[in-house]
Amino acid sequence: MIKLISTLLLIMLAHFKMQATVIECGENTKFPSIQQALNAALPFDTIEVLSGYYKQGNIFIEKSLSLFAKGEVVIDGEFKCEVITVKSSHVHIKGFHIKNSSNLSSIDIAGIKVLASHHVIIEYNQVEKCSFGIYLSNTKHCIVKHNIISGNVLAETNIGNGIHCWKADSNEIENNEITNQRDGIYFEFVTNTTINKNFSHHNLRYGLHFMFSHSNTYTANKFSKNGAGVAVMYSHHVTMKNNLFDYNWGASSYGLLLKDINDSDISGNIFSYNSAAIYMEGSNRVNMRNNTFSNNGWALRMQASCVDNIIEYNNFIGNTFDVSTNGETQLSNFNANYWDKYEGYDLNRDGEGDIPYRPVSLFSVIVEQLPPSLLLIRSFMVYLLDKAEKIIPSLTPEYLIDNKPIIKMIEAENQPVASININKK
Amino acid sequence: MVNKQHEKNRRDYLANKVDIQSGYASALSLSIEETDTITMTKSNRNNLLLRLLKYVLLDILKNRMVLFYTLFLLATSFGLFSMSGDATKGIASLLNIVLLVSPLLSLIFSTIYFYNSYEFIELLSAQPIQRKTILYSQYWGLCISLIVALVIGLGIPLLIFAPSKAALSLLIVSCGLTMAFVSLALLAALLTRDKARGIGLSLLMWFYFTFIYDAMMLMIMFAYIDYPMETITLTMISLNPIDLARVIVLLQHDVSALMGYTGALLQELFSSGKGVLLASGVMLIWIFVPLKLAIRLFNKRDL
Repeated sequence: MIKLISTLLLIMLAHFKMQATVIECGENTKFPSIQQALNAALPFDTIEVLSGYYKQGNIFIEKSLSLFAKGEVVIDGEFKCEVITVKSSHVHIKGFHIKNSSNLSSIDIAGIKVLASHHVIIEYNQVEKCSFGIYLSNTKHCIVKHNIISGNVLAETNIGNGIHCWKADSNEIENNEITNQRDGIYFEFVTNTTINKNFSHHNLRYGLHFMFSHSNTYTANKFSKNGAGVAVMYSHHVTMKNNLFDYNWGASSYGLLLKDINDSDISGNIFSYNSAAIYMEGSNRVNMRNNTFSNNGWALRMQASCVDNIIEYNNFIGNTFDVSTNGETQLSNFNANYWDKYEGYDLNRDGEGDIPYRPVSLFSVIVEQLPPSLLLIRSFMVYLLDKAEKIIPSLTPEYLIDNKPIIKMIEAENQPVASININKK
Repeated sequence: MVNKQHEKNRRDYLANKVDIQSGYASALSLSIEETDTITMTKSNRNNLLLRLLKYVLLDILKNRMVLFYTLFLLATSFGLFSMSGDATKGIASLLNIVLLVSPLLSLIFSTIYFYNSYEFIELLSAQPIQRKTILYSQYWGLCISLIVALVIGLGIPLLIFAPSKAALSLLIVSCGLTMAFVSLALLAALLTRDKARGIGLSLLMWFYFTFIYDAMMLMIMFAYIDYPMETITLTMISLNPIDLARVIVLLQHDVSALMGYTGALLQELFSSGKGVLLASGVMLIWIFVPLKLAIRLFNKRDL
C-alpha cells in the first residue's frame, strides 16, 4: 500500500514538475526577443512567438521545448548568422518563416540546424534564402515535414543542400518541397530513414543525393528538372517505390544514377523525359519491377560492371534507346517486360511474345563506344544498320535478351506520386 | 500599244503549247533591242527571266508530278499527326520522311524535267537570250513549284497540328534541301547528254548523301576513335546538306542533350546567331555552287 501511494505521489510530483507553461514572446510581451524567452523557459515549456519580424541574430535552443509560431512570424538572419541552432533533444519547431542565413565556405550554415539530438520535430516552416535549409547532424528519430525550402542559387560552391542529414538514424522526411538549393535532399551515413512524398525540383545539382546510407526507403517522391537528376551511391538495401523522376534533361543529367548500389529494390517508379532514366554502374542484385520508362533518351544504361540485377514487368515506351551497355557480357536478367519497339507476335495468345526481344540496338552499341556518333541519330543509314542487326545479330550483346516480352502494356499496380501535400496546416 | 501587243502574244503562247515557238519568237521580236545581250539592262533581263519562269511553272503544273508530290506530303503528314497524337513525335517522324523523300524527288524530277524540256531549251538558245537566263528560269521554276508543294503539303499540316519553332525549322530546312538538290540535279543533267546516265548520276548523288556519306563518317570516326573528334564531326556534318538539315531540326528538339559534349557544342553554336548564320551559309553554298557549275557547263556546251 505504501509502495502504491509513494508511486502515485511520485507520479503526481513528476507531473507537477513537468507541467508545461506557455510563454508568449513578441513585441509587447515580457520577452521581445526569442532568445530571452528561450533562456527564461524551463524544459518542456511551450513558447508561442507572436507574429512579427524578428532580427535577433542566431537563436540557440538548448532545452527540450516547443517553439511555435502564432501567426506570420519571420525570423531574419540578415545574411549575418545561422538562424536557429538546436542542441537539445525533444524540440518541436513549427510554423516559422526563416530567411537569409549567412553563407560561409568553412562552416555549413543553415536555416535550422540540429546538432547531436534525437526526437526533434521540424514542421510547417518556410526556409528561404539560407545556405543550407534544414541541417540534421548526428540525429535520431527526427521528423522533418511540410516544410518549404527555397535557396538563393548563386553557384554550386556557395549554396548548401535543402535537407542535409549527416550521420542519422530513423528519421522521417515527409511532404517537403525543396527548390533552388545545391542538392534537394542530401544524406551521408544515414540509416533506416523514410523519405515520403517530397517534391524536389529545380535544384542546381541533384534532387536527391545520398552516399553510404543503407536501409532507407524512398516512396512517392517527385524529382523534377534538377541539374543532374538524382544520384545515389555506395549504399545497400535501398528501397525506392512509386517515385516520379522527370525532365532531368541535359548532357550529363540522369533520372537516377546508381553507383555501387546493392541488394536494392526499385519498383513502381515512373521515369519520363530524362536524358538517361537509369544509369547503373557497379550495382548488383537490384530488382527493378513495374517501373515505367517513357520518352527518355536512354531508358537503362547498364554498364558491364552490373551483375545479377533483375529487370522485369517494366514498361519501355517511346525511349530513344531502351537499353545500352558497354560490354559484351551481360549478367543481368531481363524478363517479361513490355517493349514498345517489339515487333514479334504471340500465336498462342498467352500474353507473352513468341520470339525474344533484344533491347540493345546496334546504334546504341556504337554510341556507347563512340559518343560523337550520336550526331547520326535518325539518319537513314543508322536505321538500316539497326534493321540488319535485328535480322542477324552479331555485334549486340548475346545474352542481353528478354525471352518472354509482354505483348500488352503492363498496368501500374500503384500509381506513383499520390497527393504530395506540402504545407497545409 | 507595244505593251498590249506584247501581253496578247504572251497569252497566246501560254495558252497553247503548240503555238509556243512562233508566239515566243514574235514576242521577242518586239523587244529585240531590249534583249540584245550587250545593251540589255538588268531590269530587262529580269523581266525576261520572269516571262520564261511563268512558262516553266505552267509547264510543270501540267506535268502532274508536283501535284502528286503535294498530295503525298499532305497524306503522310496528316496521317502521321493523327496517328501519333503527340506533336513533337509527329515532327520527328515527318523529319525522317522529308529527309528521305524531298532530296530524292527533287533530284529525279528535276533531272527528268530538264532532259524533257531539252528541245525547248535548244529553241530558246537560238534566241538572243543569255544562257544563264535560260538555266535560271529552269532552276527557279523547279524550285518554286517544289517549294510550293512543300509549303502546302507540309506547312498546312504543321500549322494545324504543331505550330512551333521546330515545325518552322523543319519547313525552312526542307525548302533549303529542295533548292540544294534541284541545283545538284541540274548539274547532273548537264554533266552528261544521255538521259539514263543523267538520272543514274542524280540517283547516285542521292545515295551518296543519304547512305554512303554517313557510313563514311562513321568509318572515319572509328578510325580516329582515340582522338577528340568533336569539331571534325561537326565539320563533316555540315558538309552534307541532308545531315545538316537533320541536325538543325533535331537541335530544336532537345535530342541534343543525348549527344553529350558534341551536343553541347552544337547547342552552344546554334543558340547563338553564329550557328544559324553558319548553317544557312553552308546551305547557300550547297545551293549556289552546283548551280554556278551547271551554268558554266551550260555556257560552254555545244547544244
